Amino acid sequence: MDISTKLLTMLLAILLFVAVVGLMLFIAGRTERRSASIVGYVFLFPSIIMVSVGLLYPAVRTIFQSFFDAAGKAFVGLDNYQTIFTSSDDLLVLRNTVLWVVVTPFVATAIGLLYAILVDGARGEAFAKSLIFLPMAISMVAASIIWKFVYEFRPDQPGVRQIGLLNQVVVWLGGSPQQWIVNSPWNTFFLIVVMIWIQAGFAMTILSAAIKAIPEDIIEAARLDGVTAIGMFRFVTLPSIRPSVIVVLTTIGIGTLKVFDVVRTMTGGNFNTNVVANEFYTQSFRASNQGLGSALAVLLFVLVVPIVVYNVRQLRASEAR
Amino acid sequence: MSTVTPQVDLTPEERAALARKSSSAGRAASIARKKATSPVASAIAVALAVLWTIPTFGLLLSSIRPEKAIKTTGWWTFFSDPQVTLDNYKTVLSTEGASGLGSFFVNSFVITIPAVLIPICLAALAAYAFAWIDFRGRNFLFVLVFALQIVPLQVALLPLLTMYVKAGLGGTFWTLWLSHSAFALPLAIFILHNFMKEIPKELIEAARMDGAGHVKIFFRVMLPLLTPALAAFGIFQFLWVWNDLLVALTFASDNTVVPLTVALANLSGTRGTAWHLLSAGAFISIIVPVAVFISLQRYFVRGLLAGGLKG
Amino acid sequence: MSSKRSSRTLAALSGGLGIALALTACSSGGSGGTTASGGTTTAASGDCAAFASYGDLTGKTVSVYTGIVTPEDQPYMDSYKPFEDCTHAKIVYTGDKAFETQILVRTKAGSPPDIAIVPQPGLLAQLVATGAAKEAPKAVADNVDKFWGADWKAYGSVDGKFYAAPSGASVKSLVWYSPKEFTDAGYKVPTTLDELKTLSDTIAATGKKPWCAGIASGEATGWPITDWMEDFMLRLSGPDAYDQWVTHKIAFNSAASTAALDAVGGYLKNDKYVNGGLGDVTSIATTTFQDGGLPILEGTCSLHRQASFYASNFPKGTKVAEDGDVYAFYLPGVKAADHPVLGGGEFNLAFSDRPEVQAFQTYLSSDLWANTKAKISSESTGGGWISANKGLDVANLTNPIDKLSATILQDPKTVFRFDGSDMMPAAIGSDAFWKQATAWITGQSTKDAVDKIEAAWPKS
Repeated sequence: MDISTKLLTMLLAILLFVAVVGLMLFIAGRTERRSASIVGYVFLFPSIIMVSVGLLYPAVRTIFQSFFDAAGKAFVGLDNYQTIFTSSDDLLVLRNTVLWVVVTPFVATAIGLLYAILVDGARGEAFAKSLIFLPMAISMVAASIIWKFVYEFRPDQPGVRQIGLLNQVVVWLGGSPQQWIVNSPWNTFFLIVVMIWIQAGFAMTILSAAIKAIPEDIIEAARLDGVTAIGMFRFVTLPSIRPSVIVVLTTIGIGTLKVFDVVRTMTGGNFNTNVVANEFYTQSFRASNQGLGSALAVLLFVLVVPIVVYNVRQLRASEAR
Repeated sequence: MSTVTPQVDLTPEERAALARKSSSAGRAASIARKKATSPVASAIAVALAVLWTIPTFGLLLSSIRPEKAIKTTGWWTFFSDPQVTLDNYKTVLSTEGASGLGSFFVNSFVITIPAVLIPICLAALAAYAFAWIDFRGRNFLFVLVFALQIVPLQVALLPLLTMYVKAGLGGTFWTLWLSHSAFALPLAIFILHNFMKEIPKELIEAARMDGAGHVKIFFRVMLPLLTPALAAFGIFQFLWVWNDLLVALTFASDNTVVPLTVALANLSGTRGTAWHLLSAGAFISIIVPVAVFISLQRYFVRGLLAGGLKG
Repeated sequence: MSSKRSSRTLAALSGGLGIALALTACSSGGSGGTTASGGTTTAASGDCAAFASYGDLTGKTVSVYTGIVTPEDQPYMDSYKPFEDCTHAKIVYTGDKAFETQILVRTKAGSPPDIAIVPQPGLLAQLVATGAAKEAPKAVADNVDKFWGADWKAYGSVDGKFYAAPSGASVKSLVWYSPKEFTDAGYKVPTTLDELKTLSDTIAATGKKPWCAGIASGEATGWPITDWMEDFMLRLSGPDAYDQWVTHKIAFNSAASTAALDAVGGYLKNDKYVNGGLGDVTSIATTTFQDGGLPILEGTCSLHRQASFYASNFPKGTKVAEDGDVYAFYLPGVKAADHPVLGGGEFNLAFSDRPEVQAFQTYLSSDLWANTKAKISSESTGGGWISANKGLDVANLTNPIDKLSATILQDPKTVFRFDGSDMMPAAIGSDAFWKQATAWITGQSTKDAVDKIEAAWPKS
């Protein structure tokens, strides 16, 4: 296929898509007389089809497979789950995952929020925000190389120079180089730093817009009341952007549960840094153990339930308002 | 779920009135805010920005250093002993793979653009339905779609690929477009739904009183107000698809449709030695997302959540 | 007004839909594909008599999928040219670093390549188990009987049926060293394991750490230790026990294999021996395998146990020769007369029995291809490729390490065994073995390591 064919294919695909959607809307317009409900279903139809086929069906299939053996042939009941909860290695994986999910969203959101407030309205704000956003634009492969150059260890021997930034700083300050990636449990936190580095940009972007959306009059009223900067934050800013903060925390939290690239490329899951998502990938794709891999995926589904429940409550509460 | 709800719920008229009254006060307040950005605040902001940029800067420097230098010394030594070379970039840009890097660039574009347009359109429609149309099962379906965000896309790789092969789509761009769109929908619907909720009921009511059906309301009222939000989510989606590796690896089994990310991942050599090539390759790959991000900055800034309502 | 507009819209939409559908159907029929050769058929180099039996394959395409990417992929593509030129078939080569996971996904989903170059017999067995692989044709089986022998044929067979001919090979029982250092200090290349130990002690006594090693390799971190353990298992317990260990007829935590791992620990976990020029024992875990032997060039390390393909990791300009900057000697057995050799290799597995695929398979299993490939590799990448094909003329290999390895492979006294972790089930060979080995080097006891690996062995 040469370039022109590829571009043509792309244009045709877009045209086809527009045609299909147009048809849908036309049908919706026509049936609206009969009942508003049907319009809703028509609008929803393509999305529901796509997520059902692309996500729901695989998810259900996965839940099924978690009760079967490695090849997916023999029914083994809860064996896979038993393996997960009795193996010390796997319990460690759980502990690490919980650490990731608890630390990443809160720290990334806090930094994003802090930065958004600090640069809000300042000169060069757009440029300043691009700097924090830049890590999001970088692919995982690039990010892992970048952080390799930060955490790399070289022994403190004559003739050997540090090539990792962190160890160089430590040496400059008079210390001896550390194996940041190997020594647990701190190595997990160093990996979490990479994720925070990436996600802070997402938090900052969304929260910055939320802050800008706070009506001036409210701010003005508070200022006229003589509120301090901290007070402003506590009583005006934070309550106003609370829903956005929840959106950000939720999205980052769910994203963190699923991400395994950082762990996979930096430690391969060794040195006690393994997380559920990485182990799921290893079992399903490397060790060819469908059953255990699926059970780990189900574990991911379960871990997200609290987040879902919390959001549903928020949804109900806001609807009531 | 309303994303930005001030403590006091003002009607548009009240809000407009207040805005008029306090506009001068508001202007003064914003000037005050600008002036009040204390040096401490600036210092912290600068420190954070520097901290965030240093790692990437390190990679940039590494990409223009010779291979031996990268493997034996840190990139900060560049300042004391600058050894510059464009060899890494030359090697990457002249990469064979029998297709050359240019072809991979084209593939990345061809994959990304529909994979951004399709989910945004479908998600906007679905989000509108969830937000403003009353139908049976609405809440249940919404929670379902929202919850599907957790499904790791790896569980879908094999079932989807099997389906595509049976349907005869294997090796075409369609596998990538459909997959990326399906994976993006839950989050897209979740976020767009929030923006939709933000739009005041009164506008919808007014349009309904004029006799407009949902389709007309969607196009005449919603879309114009949502353009910033759509553009903003579009940028995220563009980034994610452009930088995606796993989906491309699985579904693009043919050299003709393989995107840039796969070509660059393979650059590190069969045994993974070529860090210098990866550094250069990473920067070549970053150019487009960063360009997209910078050029559409204004949409981010203007109001990811508030729409164009605020005076 | 609205009805007129909507009917116009409808017309436009259906027109657009129709055109879109029609054109999509037409354009998606394009075949495309990257040719291995330059595209234009130049005059065939050499005569095409050798290819006459394959017939005229004009217009046919064969796809090859492998994990071999740049720069080693170019010699492969070039070696296919004579076949393409003489039979007029087209060979499409796709190299992918994620080959090992993707080949399984593709095969299970129903879109395997025509031929896959599989680097592990264990993976071969998994692919055959999916039911998509095709048995090798008789011509290939005959070639393998002629040029390889029963043991290599067995590696390419599953359940007694022969599927895949061997392609390239590598020798793993090698120890890299600096010839200059040995001549200067008067060290002799050891011929028994005891002599190796003594040599290590001698060097350690001078205050220098004799051994350097690195095992970091992304998600495959730990694999060099598996090679160490296999080498020692082979030497200390003999080839028969080795075979039983690999096929799980004896447990992974049996006395024999535990002893083998402990013997490795005598080298790798001995802080008097490691990690020359790189740090302490734990630095082995964070040093990439590519960097593991480089301190030899800097004089901070003397010995590095690694496979023949390690030659390409030395910086450009390093002289790899018996009288050069760096060379390798054969890792000795317990007795000087013992000649166990651990090695690896790739296999050409076919998923189709179309005539052109079978013709290409036969070409790949011939001595003609082996020699063609060897010549091309020597010219373009300075060597680094050998085959266990007995018809391979060692004179075609210019790289001294290649010559050394090929000679070892073709030596009748050699007792060859394939890399164990490549033959064990994926849950062990591509997961537990690596993971536990890495944990072992960073402090886990030998007993815990072998126990955990044994526990991870799939039950069936």
